Amino acid sequence: MDFIFNLTPLIPLFPLLAFVIIVLFTHRHNRLSSDVAIGGIALSTVVAWAVVLATVLSDEYVRAEGWQLHVPWLPAGTTVLEMGFAVDGFTAAMLFMVPFVCLMIFIYSQGYMKLGQPDQDPRYARFFAYISLFAAGMLGLVVARDLVLLFISWEVMGLCSYLLIGFWSFRKAESEHHIDQAQVVRARQAALKAFITTRIGDVLLFSGIALLYSYTGTLTFRDLFRPETLEALQAISLLGMPTVTVIALLVFGGAVGKSAQFPLHVWLPDAMEGPTPVSALIHAATMVAAGVYLVARTLPLFIAGFVVANAPALHWVAIIGAVTALLGATIGLAQDDIKRVLAYSTISQLGYMMIGLGLGSLVAGIFHLLTHAFFKALLFLSAGSVIHGVEHGAHVAAHGDHTHAEHFSPNNMKVMGGLRHRMPRTFMAYLAGALALVGIVPFAGFWSKDEILTEAFHLWRADGALNLPFWVWLAGTLGAFFTALYMGRQLGLVFWGEPRHAAARHAHESPSSMTVPLIILALFAVLFGFVNAPFLGSPLHHLMDKVHEASEVMHAEVIPFNPTVAGISTMLAVAGLLLGWSLYRNYRTGQVEPFQATLGLVFIVLRNKYYIDELYRWAIIRPAVWLADFCFKIDDRWIIDPFVDLVGAAGRAASDVARVLDSGVIDRWFVEGTAQLFNAAGRWLRYSETGHVQNYLLVVAVTILLLLGLYLYF
Amino acid sequence: MAIPLPWWLTVAAALFAIGLYGVLSRRNAIGVLLGIELMLNAANINLVAFWRYITPQALTGQVFAIFVIGIAAAEAAAGLAIIISAYRRRRTVVVDELDTMRW
Repeated sequence: MDFIFNLTPLIPLFPLLAFVIIVLFTHRHNRLSSDVAIGGIALSTVVAWAVVLATVLSDEYVRAEGWQLHVPWLPAGTTVLEMGFAVDGFTAAMLFMVPFVCLMIFIYSQGYMKLGQPDQDPRYARFFAYISLFAAGMLGLVVARDLVLLFISWEVMGLCSYLLIGFWSFRKAESEHHIDQAQVVRARQAALKAFITTRIGDVLLFSGIALLYSYTGTLTFRDLFRPETLEALQAISLLGMPTVTVIALLVFGGAVGKSAQFPLHVWLPDAMEGPTPVSALIHAATMVAAGVYLVARTLPLFIAGFVVANAPALHWVAIIGAVTALLGATIGLAQDDIKRVLAYSTISQLGYMMIGLGLGSLVAGIFHLLTHAFFKALLFLSAGSVIHGVEHGAHVAAHGDHTHAEHFSPNNMKVMGGLRHRMPRTFMAYLAGALALVGIVPFAGFWSKDEILTEAFHLWRADGALNLPFWVWLAGTLGAFFTALYMGRQLGLVFWGEPRHAAARHAHESPSSMTVPLIILALFAVLFGFVNAPFLGSPLHHLMDKVHEASEVMHAEVIPFNPTVAGISTMLAVAGLLLGWSLYRNYRTGQVEPFQATLGLVFIVLRNKYYIDELYRWAIIRPAVWLADFCFKIDDRWIIDPFVDLVGAAGRAASDVARVLDSGVIDRWFVEGTAQLFNAAGRWLRYSETGHVQNYLLVVAVTILLLLGLYLYF
Repeated sequence: MAIPLPWWLTVAAALFAIGLYGVLSRRNAIGVLLGIELMLNAANINLVAFWRYITPQALTGQVFAIFVIGIAAAEAAAGLAIIISAYRRRRTVVVDELDTMRW
């Protein structure tokens, strides 16, 4: 079986090759380009699943220690930075999900970007090049053996997210319908915001990696997580903490940026300006999963500090996760954009994953990551299908009825309604995704969310006091209720009631290239939870529990199913779902929103996202702009530029003097004067040339006489 | 030896002055040529007079004078030819009017 592992480097290579081929050769042929991209990711999926199978079937050695391959990448003096690939149970779990979800999204994109239709996206081929590179980045990150390859892939994804979120900043308002200038500007700003915000985290991560390398001299996971390395890192104190904690917090900073955790979550909702498949890609399989993956991969660093002292690295993961889970879920209650609701839902669910990891349970966090990837990809692609249908409806309505000139957004849930009859397949898929997200019993989300909450509950009961796990459990349970509430509201607004706009009345089902991936993903959203279901013996747990065993700081055990926890969260989920649905299913245009009627001011605060964007604008962007302005003034008005001007003016003055000297004296007297002298002399002397021979002879005679006289006289 | 040397020299000087006057003041080109002949002959008188009174044993003064006479003949021929040519082109032999070389 070992030869299959040797194929691992091919997994990120295929999409990378697809990217290169599209960019260099096939970008003029749209269908060929998308086929190349889909072919690349399909090959990756095949290889990845073979590797997964090999890992599952192989003996204990490969599961625990894993397989690895490395090449010297950057020889620098006496040290050589090595880069390589590794596969263990954790990687295998990720490899099952990432390429497959990407494949579904790629196939769906072919329909969403309107291949072969008159209003096909003008940069169709480029889109597939970008998403191929994106997938290559994520797959490279997952199979990385060390922090070098991980960081490179991490940054590749950062670049791709920037390119794809801003993909429509080149849309032309005049040639494509439903596009206005504001949307183009928003896409541009969203791309910049995502890039800069995640960059803050990346700097922290990079400093963490640099610290780690300077203390240990290696960046390979397996070497880093050796017990002796971790003990050495604990022993050294830095900033009053064990070094390992400082490093863990820095690494967590990177994850906070990438996975949109609380202080740096602001970029994710704005990232909705990109095309919907990109949202699915970012939210499910790649970008945000990378941050969670990073924390999970470096979990021994977080736990090591915890063991030696009351170091807070792991606590912070749990706290930030809990805050984010609750924050995202509550903001989601008050959004109108169908994709924004899902974006805040993603933020909230990422919070749950961080809670799982922050409680020290690798499996709980990653299990939720995997199930979430499936159902969130499903939800986003279904939302894209809804938007696609509504856009089409608006197109039909505009053709049939010319009075509909007013601007409307196809993303706005307030214009939809009653779509369950018009888009039945999309509706079923959406319902499956929503039930999985909310956590209704057999669906995937139930099992994974339940495991996280059970973990917290278990740790609380083991201690007994009102400790951190209790608050985390409370936040998670409340978050689950809010999750159900906003999903109920969304389902009611979009699929129930009467259409509130001509576009929704004329909406129709999307093409099968879009609905088939939806159906496949829906199957996973329903069934994937069983890979770690307690009554099947938690198979995922057994695949992954040996991963960090070598570091000797993790003691993973299966926590038994707890009916209390499951009962409470399921009851709250059902109650929230029904409440949201019943309040909103008969919503009419112009009516005050039921939530607003009951929540009042709180609703306004939620609608404005706790004013965090405004706070950042006031506290960070404004001072930054002010500082830039100040520097500009120092440069341009006050010091540098005036000095430059002064030097310039002095030079000018000196050259003026030189010019006067040159033209007034040298030219006037020496150059022109000489010529004028000779000119004047010639003018006067020529009168002697009379042309009369006798005159000349007279001169000769007189001269001879004079000379003779002189001769005789002296 | 009835006539002393200064008398000869005086005659020659007078003749030279007359010739020079003619050269400088005659308007007719042929007159100018005549003046030149006078000056050459004044020189000849001097040459012969000095030979006779200072070095009678050598023949240098006489030979020199004969050469001058020969040259004067050639000069008169060339000068008259130039004058005839000028007359043919310009229809005049007045020296004042032959001023093509002026400024």
